[in-house]
Amino acid sequence: MNELLSTSIFIGILASAIRLATPYLYASIGEAFAQTSGVVNLGVDGIMLVGGFSGFYVAMISGNLWLGLLAAMLAGLLMGLLMSFISVTLKAEQGISGIGLYMFGLGLSSLLFKTMIGTVKTIDGFAPVRIPLLGNIPVVGEIMFNQSLLVYGAFLLVPVAWWVLEKTTLGLKIKSVGQNPAAADTLGVSVDKIRYFSVCLGSVLAGLAGASLSLSLVNLFQENLTAGQGFIAVALVYFGGWRPLGILGGALLFSTVNALQLWMQVLGVNIESDVMVMLPYLLTIAALAIAVNRTRQPAALNKPFERGEN
Amino acid sequence: MQNDIGASSLKKKQKVPLKIQLKNGLGRLAYGSALPILAVLLALLAGAVMLLLLKANPLEAYSALIIGVFGSVSGLTQALVKATPLLLVGLGICIAFRASVINIGAEGQIILGAVMGTWFALIFRTWPGWLLIPTTILAGFVAGAAWGFVPGILKARFNVNEILSTVMMNAIALQLMNLLIRGPLIDPAGVTAGTYLAQSERLPEQVWLARLVPQTLLHSGLIIAIVLAFLVYIFLWRTTIGYRIRAVGLNPDASRYAGISVPVYQALSLTLAGGFAGLAGVIEVIGVQHRLLEGITSGYGFSGIVAALFGGLHPIGLIPASVLFGGLLVGADKMQRAVQVPSALVDSILGLIVLFVVGSAYLSQRWAARRRIAAIKSIEPIQSAQVKQ
Repeated sequence: MNELLSTSIFIGILASAIRLATPYLYASIGEAFAQTSGVVNLGVDGIMLVGGFSGFYVAMISGNLWLGLLAAMLAGLLMGLLMSFISVTLKAEQGISGIGLYMFGLGLSSLLFKTMIGTVKTIDGFAPVRIPLLGNIPVVGEIMFNQSLLVYGAFLLVPVAWWVLEKTTLGLKIKSVGQNPAAADTLGVSVDKIRYFSVCLGSVLAGLAGASLSLSLVNLFQENLTAGQGFIAVALVYFGGWRPLGILGGALLFSTVNALQLWMQVLGVNIESDVMVMLPYLLTIAALAIAVNRTRQPAALNKPFERGEN
Repeated sequence: MQNDIGASSLKKKQKVPLKIQLKNGLGRLAYGSALPILAVLLALLAGAVMLLLLKANPLEAYSALIIGVFGSVSGLTQALVKATPLLLVGLGICIAFRASVINIGAEGQIILGAVMGTWFALIFRTWPGWLLIPTTILAGFVAGAAWGFVPGILKARFNVNEILSTVMMNAIALQLMNLLIRGPLIDPAGVTAGTYLAQSERLPEQVWLARLVPQTLLHSGLIIAIVLAFLVYIFLWRTTIGYRIRAVGLNPDASRYAGISVPVYQALSLTLAGGFAGLAGVIEVIGVQHRLLEGITSGYGFSGIVAALFGGLHPIGLIPASVLFGGLLVGADKMQRAVQVPSALVDSILGLIVLFVVGSAYLSQRWAARRRIAAIKSIEPIQSAQVKQ
């Protein structure tokens, strides 16, 4: 255990934690938008997979990582449109629709991977960019300011999302549609449009989350690359009480556990690795049971809106 | 229409269940019956488009799929072999859905049933078959039920979203199996041979389920599953507990008002759902594989949801639905071999079927509501007379 406490390993673990928070942040902040508007999108994991594949494939073929990112976002948008159509226009039960979307995304990404790539290949993903000045701070600079652009983007998303939700008219509309769609409708806010927008925005971000895995964190694509991270991301929204800052806290908690687990395996700490892999999932269940502040839950969450029915 | 205030307020109350049926997404699913077939056709059409984009001939692929299942006795029996776990998992999903609880945890519950069933049969390997088979099956049921009880109690006590908790329980079960199958349950033969294959020892022969058709994998588990389907039907529609489970699903508010504890019945339905998935796991072990292997679930936990939705969340409707989807899964493998289209195509089609079935439920419900409102208008006086009784 002495090894674990040495400075370089400490820096390594925390830097990994920051890095590993990236997909959680994109996906959870996106899901927070969807849920704030009243739609639970449980298909995040499937969207991440399709986004992760599209990003990887386009980047591999074109050699341009940015084009890959664009493809991932576009794939996310298409998945988001499908989810909105089913859950907003057709007012389907959101829980099962999300599972359907997940199954579709999982199947589609495996199908495309097998037919278009075949075997696991790696690419040169987004390289770490050291931020001048800040990156030179000892320890902190190494942990926080020597990361890839996608990582910085994820952390910047937190204040931006907070600002949009709390300080703009759009944010107010999203919240009103999630709290009291009938009232919002009376005031001339188009409930369906706002929900479409929020779900699609969330899905674009989920696509990015997938790309952050395949283009920055692991630099490869394989079947079921996400291994359920999308579901953990949904849980983080509950855990974070539907607030970007709360989600940031949750994402960092989870990514730190992940990082610890990875490093303990690397260092050969004598704990059964299967037990360690279980940890994030156990933590998710515990977090859902203990930390949920239900008072902040959007009142119309999981409820399709139909004019004249409420 | 109504003159005195008391009667009109009663009439309002009478109207509530109808409205709840309209709004409750899960209740709604139980009512659409014709549209699922349309949803499947639409999903297959989308699959054809995907095949075209992948430069494969959809007609060739789909005919390989159909001939693969219906072209031979072996194809048909394989479909029935796969229908067995689908039916068992689906029955559990039905019970849960009827209580308005979505069980995504069947994958994990199957694993627990398979693991504990295997373990039990290996420990008591000296027992005679007539004793070992039922107790092994019971062990699988109990293990699955326990795995369903956890999210059930979490939902009842802490209002934890059961979809998320069951997904997490799946991941935990998978790791648990990995741990056991490489540890206490590992095949000693593999250890002495130095291969360390991730599988258990073969189960004693007296616990194997009898084969229905010689030279095939079709086993008597299918009969167990069909009998259970009828028992679940009787349970849900002819017993008090079953009635309460359905009441909780159709109208939680009215159930609470009637003194039914909603959380208790939701937790119970998740526990039962887990039990049935556990059965699927243990029966797959003693019926087909005769040992615990990695990938024992074959994704039945998810395809069982599709079968349950397609079967109208009705135990009897589930029987043909399971056979259909068992056939689809077998056909997917055959298609993969015949035209080199990965069977993942069928996985994505299954996802689309779920989306289209739940999407079409709204449309069919709206049409049904329109008809019902018209009908109610014509029998209005009779109905208000009934309310006064």
